[in-house]
Amino acid sequence: MAGDSVRLSKNLLRMKFMQRGLDAEAKKQLEEDEKRIISDEHWYLDLPDLKAKENMIIEEKSLVPCEDLFFGRLSFKGFNPEVEKLMLLLNPKDKKEEDEEEDVSHMQTDVTDEEMALRYESLVGTLKKKFAKKRERAAMDEDDVNQNVVEKTSKKAFLKPQD
Amino acid sequence: MKQKKKKILQGGRGRCGCVSSCRETRCSVRMFSVLKERVGQILLPGDEFCCGPQDTLPLTDSGKPERLVAGPGLRLSGDRLLVSRSGVLRHKEPNKFWIESQQRRYVPAKGETVIGVVTAKAGDVFKVDFGGSEPASLSYLAFDGATKRNRPNVQVGDLVFAQFIVANKDMEPELVCIDGSGRANGMGVFGAGGLLIKVSLGLVRRLLVPNSELRADLQQLFPCELVVGMNGRVWVRAGTVQQTLILANLLQSCDTMTAPQRQQLFRNVWTRLHGAGLTEDPKDQLVLCGGPEPMDFLVFV
Repeated sequence: MAGDSVRLSKNLLRMKFMQRGLDAEAKKQLEEDEKRIISDEHWYLDLPDLKAKENMIIEEKSLVPCEDLFFGRLSFKGFNPEVEKLMLLLNPKDKKEEDEEEDVSHMQTDVTDEEMALRYESLVGTLKKKFAKKRERAAMDEDDVNQNVVEKTSKKAFLKPQD
Repeated sequence: MKQKKKKILQGGRGRCGCVSSCRETRCSVRMFSVLKERVGQILLPGDEFCCGPQDTLPLTDSGKPERLVAGPGLRLSGDRLLVSRSGVLRHKEPNKFWIESQQRRYVPAKGETVIGVVTAKAGDVFKVDFGGSEPASLSYLAFDGATKRNRPNVQVGDLVFAQFIVANKDMEPELVCIDGSGRANGMGVFGAGGLLIKVSLGLVRRLLVPNSELRADLQQLFPCELVVGMNGRVWVRAGTVQQTLILANLLQSCDTMTAPQRQQLFRNVWTRLHGAGLTEDPKDQLVLCGGPEPMDFLVFV
């Protein structure tokens, strides 16, 4: 019973249940064979590498980005407040400030800016508290107390009972 | 070495003489300076820009690879840049070039917003006429909040403000009424109580350009609303029918006016409206709307 004569076939060796008994060298050999088969099967074009040629000139069919044209919906003097909001949102910013100043004076608004500011003034603190951690919150409350001492009439806030 | 030199000599006007290795960057740098020289000049279809021989390349600015944007009117063909429209060459920093021309024919371009008229319902798409060579298709799913179950309420004859998502010379153009995030953002069906007019593409541009004088003039008139399609259609609406008509007439006559003429006209209209001019008297209203009294305020002043 010489080792040479009883060689197991490659296909048999590759089977899962045979893997356990194999020694390292045989395993490596098998893997290499397999790799070669795979690389042989893969075909490739015998051409120079087609590099993704970076095109330095780009075509642009539309005029809108060239001239920074506005979005096509316009409304003047507060005729359509929704559109005016869109105009502020979508149009390039550089002219925005002038626009805003003009629009504010013309707009037929229900709530004036002052009212809105007053309303949000109180909200700022509330929201800040919401996102603060517990310890910070405590510190903030103290601050509030201090503030309230100064301007007691304007702000109604929860006063932390002192113990 | 000899061959290289020969190649360069051959490549005169019309052929790129650059050596292939770093051709693209050099070409674009060279092209950039050639284009920049001609900004503001009138160009005709068939004019072409090319890189020219390499030896004239200035060494100083060859380092920065510049990406060049060829806008409408310029076409890329191999290494050359061809002019495909007659007009004035314009340039915007840092690297945009385009041809500004006056025309009425609209060619769709991807991303542009237009006003279209729904002409037919065909299964799951609407056919929309936008004044181009071919009607565009508009899917019923391409509206804000539309699902398979919940179809948008679009009738034949409705006006839509929509954006091109496919605009290709070989394919049917396709419109959508939503932006990238699926919101309407001002697009969709509109058009109750207004008037649709057709103006030149140049006027549309003048209306929408930043710091537009025309827009500033309109702003001072009266509360009104405009929807401006890049295809030369403008939809106007104001407080009353009469004001809407005034606006439409104004815009249409602005097309062929110089700035001083236009300002004079706007002043006249303004005084008519706000000053002694306008009453509820039907005769006055007819004048303003261009009735039997010829549109005297619209005639050049």
